[in-house]
Amino acid sequence: MKISCKEASGICDKSQYKEANLWDIIKLRIHLTYCKVCRAYSKKNSELTSLCDRAGLTMLSDDDKKKMKRDLEDKI
Amino acid sequence: MAKHKLQPDHWVDQYADYLFNYAVSRVSDAEIAKDLVQETFFAGLNSAKNYKGDAAERTWLVSILKRKVIDHYRKINSKKGKAEVRMNYSSDSEAEGDWLEQQVADPYSKDGDNVLENEELGSAIQDCITKLPQKQALVFKLKTIQGMSTEDVCNELDINPSNLWVMIHRARTALMGCLNENWF
Repeated sequence: MKISCKEASGICDKSQYKEANLWDIIKLRIHLTYCKVCRAYSKKNSELTSLCDRAGLTMLSDDDKKKMKRDLEDKI
Repeated sequence: MAKHKLQPDHWVDQYADYLFNYAVSRVSDAEIAKDLVQETFFAGLNSAKNYKGDAAERTWLVSILKRKVIDHYRKINSKKGKAEVRMNYSSDSEAEGDWLEQQVADPYSKDGDNVLENEELGSAIQDCITKLPQKQALVFKLKTIQGMSTEDVCNELDINPSNLWVMIHRARTALMGCLNENWF
């Protein structure tokens, strides 16, 4: 049942992307009850996720970038 | 202070997303924003000889983009009749019969603040992302902004899942530290 802090942070990262499975999450929860360091990490990590959601970040698609690069290279 | 140098072949990888976000938040249209970024790169290339190396490359590009945004608004406003503010009576039946005054923004609404704050937050995050190593930044953006699945990212970048999670972990840790300094 006991997991290391390294495992715990890994599960925590995955759960930010909803990719941690239930059993892992239970193990993480148990770990968090006694590990202060991971508790702090977990809190910061979720904060980061919600900040990223709130900021409404966008990015250019790969195709757009490739096209930009091509156009730019033509001019160099 | 060390003089900065221009490296146009890195522009797209390093600054395109940053500039794109900057432009999108100002023109609210992805297509136009994309064109403005492209024009910025061209303009940067054309005036590369005027670059004195005082400002960092990105700052310099942003200052060009700012001009491009202003030019864009000038252009759409110079078309006849577009410069005036038009206010239509709302056509939906809910609001029918309401005075125009009742349709203006609620002065007590905090929405405007939120929009502004989120815009600043966005550029703070982008700032921090550009400080990451390039590959980490790319993995983080693909996962977090584009919401790609782990499998797709791995295939595209030819890495294995444990590589990916290590990079995500490093990126997130670095971003937390960076945002701690610059945002909270």
